[in-house]
Amino acid sequence: MKAYIIRRLLYMILTLFGASVLIFGLYALTPGDFVDNNPKLTDERKAELKQLYGLDKPVVERYFVWLGNAVRGDFGYSLQYQQPVTSLLGQYIWNSFLIASASTLFTWLIAIVIGVISATRQYSLFDSVVTIGAFAAMSFPSFFAGLLIIKFFAVDLGWFPPGGMITTGSNTTGLAHIWEVIDHMFLPVLVLTMLGVGSLTRYFRTNMLEIIRQDFIRTARAKGLKEKTVVYKHALRNALLPAITLLGFELPALFGGAIITEKIFNWPGVGQLYMQAFSLRDYPLLMGFTMFLAILTVASNLLADLLYGVADPRVRLK
Amino acid sequence: MSSIVTETAGLAGARAGARRSSLWRDTFAKLKKNKVAMCGLVFLVMMFLFCFIGPFFSPYASGKVNTVMINKPPSLVHWLGTDNLGRDILTRLMQAGRISLTVGLAAMVLSVFIGSVLGVVAGYYRGVVDQIVMRFADILMTIPGLPLLFIIGAILSEWKVPTDYRIYIVMLMLSLIGWPELARLVRSQILSLREREFMQATESLGLRDHRKLFFHLLPNTVPILIVVATLRVGGAILSESILSYLGLGVVPPTPTWGNMIDAANTLIDFQKRPWLWIPPGFAIFATVISINLLGDGLRDALDPKMKR
Repeated sequence: MKAYIIRRLLYMILTLFGASVLIFGLYALTPGDFVDNNPKLTDERKAELKQLYGLDKPVVERYFVWLGNAVRGDFGYSLQYQQPVTSLLGQYIWNSFLIASASTLFTWLIAIVIGVISATRQYSLFDSVVTIGAFAAMSFPSFFAGLLIIKFFAVDLGWFPPGGMITTGSNTTGLAHIWEVIDHMFLPVLVLTMLGVGSLTRYFRTNMLEIIRQDFIRTARAKGLKEKTVVYKHALRNALLPAITLLGFELPALFGGAIITEKIFNWPGVGQLYMQAFSLRDYPLLMGFTMFLAILTVASNLLADLLYGVADPRVRLK
Repeated sequence: MSSIVTETAGLAGARAGARRSSLWRDTFAKLKKNKVAMCGLVFLVMMFLFCFIGPFFSPYASGKVNTVMINKPPSLVHWLGTDNLGRDILTRLMQAGRISLTVGLAAMVLSVFIGSVLGVVAGYYRGVVDQIVMRFADILMTIPGLPLLFIIGAILSEWKVPTDYRIYIVMLMLSLIGWPELARLVRSQILSLREREFMQATESLGLRDHRKLFFHLLPNTVPILIVVATLRVGGAILSESILSYLGLGVVPPTPTWGNMIDAANTLIDFQKRPWLWIPPGFAIFATVISINLLGDGLRDALDPKMKR
């Protein structure tokens, strides 16, 4: 087990190294940078700034300087905010985490309940409605779902604010502030939950259907246990176990920010930060964020594999 | 005992004789019983007809600017209203659908092609080739698809690629993102298929490698590939719409469903003129859900391990 983890970690480092080359290469390929894109600067000032930011050096040299700093946890300064990239990400990440964790919680709750019910009544009307509903949820383009919901709930009905985290100019504190944030959170969380619940419901439904056909369930029924006990105690537990692996994969979704949803709802999270940095070509921030996503993905893969071993002792990690 | 042997041999012979057609016939017979999947298929065919043949019946197909009829709500003359240049939305929806569907299909074909070729090669030869291909796939898969697409989209915007070529480049971008998963899938299939008896037969027959790979190994992965490829078209249409909506994919004047929704970025159009951006959104939704339902039906029909 120890050897396995060490090998996986080494492999992770190699993959991340490859990813860093790719990320840096792509950004280096992009013509035009933060300095070039600013029409207010004179040519002399531009040259000066480029020297200051090290943009005049050859690509390979710039890469190794960047990598050397990145390994030490320093992703450089955001050109647009004049703040270290890591501290910027640190500021915005919790806003992303707030809506992501709320929607993950709802997604799992709804998916488990609906998945179990529709599996126990396979081919019933409820099951068909759930199946089609799950496919519908998977087929909405995220941005269009967001736009429709804003149009309907915020513009037409006026029930919820159309975007942002607090009302502009508001300086509420304490309980009123919390209430205000929840009011603003509602719609983005609704969209994220809607987008995620489809595939997870299908997952639980299939899992339950598989488990419910197994011999130990028949044994439980033969013992004369109540159907409720059979479904919720014997079957659901076993259906939940492999889902633990999925929790590992949730990591990037929890901290990586929902780029599209945050942009549509103007939610001040890392996804929104990324889109802003994108239009301004703020490379240190973009590279830092993309690298951060890569690290999250690799870490979540490892976590999922380890959790899989925990959930199912028959799986031997070698 | 011997009767069983001859029987199975006869069965295998019969199967070999009509194998290609029988796989399709079986699949279609099973698919026909699945009402939901058939709905998806029928709707998809209708969508294709609507987009590819529809414009021939429209009096507004030329897309001429009509200054008198700007931003008109839906009426009997213009069923879905007109846009800011006085063009008929319904006609534009069909024309945009042509592009969106073509991009989705082409991106799927390309990524299936790249993914299956690399997957077969990696799985069959293993060793160094496998390492190189799969490690590269791993690296591409570490970076989430959307940011990666954004970066490539931005590079293209900066390079001032002519708008006519953008749709081809969007196809390439989407297949670049899509192939690693397919390569992984095909490779894992090949790893077990290459140990089977029929491969020993190809060995003793002295077949060349390319025959083994593309005539004996790859056809065995076709059932799974069909399912994944079908679902891929939906995914590609969704990705294209996001990119085009953000102005990083196919850009006007070429219409796609995604860049038609771009109208929602203007506050007044978003709030007061929903006919500009709601129809293309539902067109995407309807197309993708039909593809997903069909793909799910195909999975049930083609994957014997999936018992319903």
